[in-house]
Amino acid sequence: MDLHLEDISHTYGDITVLQNINLTIKDGEIICIVGPSGCGKSTLLRFIGGLERPDHGQVLQMGEAPKDSLNPLTYIFQDFALLPWRSVRGNISLVLEDHGIKGKKAEPIIADVLARTNLSDFANALPRQLSGGMKQRVAIARALAVRPAVMLMDEPLSALDSQTRELLMDDLMDLWQRDRFTACYVTHNLNEAVRLGHKIVVLSRRPGKIREIVEIDLPLNKRKDHAEHLAEKQAQLWSIMREEARAADKELVHA
Amino acid sequence: MPNQTSPLSANQKAKVPFRGGGFQTKSLRLISPVVFICLIALWELGSKTGFISNLVLPAPSEAFEAFMQLARSGMLWTHLSASLQRLIIGWSLGSTLGIMVGLLIGLSSIARAGLSPLVSAIFPIPKIALLPLFIIWFGIGEGSKVATILFGTFFPTVIATYGGVDNVDRSLIRMGQSFGLSRSSIIRKIILPGALPAILSGCRISASIAIILLVAAEMIGAEFGIGAYILLAGSLFAPDQLIAGVAMLSIMGLCFAWLIGRAEKFFLSWR
Repeated sequence: MDLHLEDISHTYGDITVLQNINLTIKDGEIICIVGPSGCGKSTLLRFIGGLERPDHGQVLQMGEAPKDSLNPLTYIFQDFALLPWRSVRGNISLVLEDHGIKGKKAEPIIADVLARTNLSDFANALPRQLSGGMKQRVAIARALAVRPAVMLMDEPLSALDSQTRELLMDDLMDLWQRDRFTACYVTHNLNEAVRLGHKIVVLSRRPGKIREIVEIDLPLNKRKDHAEHLAEKQAQLWSIMREEARAADKELVHA
Repeated sequence: MPNQTSPLSANQKAKVPFRGGGFQTKSLRLISPVVFICLIALWELGSKTGFISNLVLPAPSEAFEAFMQLARSGMLWTHLSASLQRLIIGWSLGSTLGIMVGLLIGLSSIARAGLSPLVSAIFPIPKIALLPLFIIWFGIGEGSKVATILFGTFFPTVIATYGGVDNVDRSLIRMGQSFGLSRSSIIRKIILPGALPAILSGCRISASIAIILLVAAEMIGAEFGIGAYILLAGSLFAPDQLIAGVAMLSIMGLCFAWLIGRAEKFFLSWR
């Protein structure tokens, strides 16, 4: 299932945040969206998953979502968004209950996603007992449980320290090698972008427009061995963004 | 720079003074019973030595004697059960209705626009002032007393509940929407548990209000009840009985607070 963004523009009050965004997200591809702060990256992601409506333009789903997908467009949030009163198992079961998958029927699914995210020993822990990295693993497990066609990740690693970030990046890569899911990954971290993205969309500062789309042809699992190539790409991205970021930094906050 | 009183040369050592601490609360279990017992003992001593006149304040032992007398006469249970019944019926009805209306206001824009100004307008009215009206509406019997407590506990519960609903983490609600949960699932599994801490602390406040209103209501046209007992003690000029009655109210309040504390421990163990 491909997603097609058609001429999306949006304003908050009299501030234009996004302007004429056209983009296709192809099946099985990870697209990273980078840009200076306040350029509307997260807003764009909310449009893609239907959590907000753009003033102009539309997001189109090309083709049918896979039959077994319970929630084709699934988010992973920066702040994890786990229910603090539910255990790890309860948090995953939450998203299955509405599909009539409860109790015995949910058990194999929960066990499977916990195993894939190395959380099997923590099924009964409460979120407050877990570290940030573990919480985000729970959120990833929860997302996997509904078998998404597209993962929409809103700075999923930004709340974590750099070591945990490395570990989780490896985990995400392994998960992708296995499932080849489609993903739209919003980040301000260029290193994450070059490590995980097949295509990197650079947005300009407000009003956000697509400045450039940088493609990286290297397969994800080979990227660690080509550090130089990645560093080059990262430098290229930074040279595109540098002036934008500087200007965005000097702007007054309107939000 | 070294301080002025004892200048240190470059190779002398001085310990960096500790400046943290002092504002952390520690749990000191023993202090509160000790303070309590000391106060009672001082009071008893003052009464026994005549420093505190018996007319002004009876000794704790006398108040206790009055209480035992009440217990022996068999009237203790009559008063207590009458009061507890009013309290429990009034408070539980008021809280239940309050939680329901609070949820309605928290969840529906129409209810919020229509009801929340009304709640704000009626909440500050002292319900004691409405007591004569309640007597006309609900009769001099149990009805008016329960109604006073019900009204008194209803409004703070409404405000606590919709405040709690407003404070539920929006990102959790958005998460629920993003996974396609139904509206009723989001309300039952995300909003209600999220608002529960605020609802329970609202219960704490409304329980105290209920006891205050109980006494006020029982002072008008009640034969039995702790309020009636206190009123009678006052008019008979029996300060020992009055103190015994007041102590019973205080203990009742403590019991309520303890029960709600248990409920918080049970429901909010995830915090």
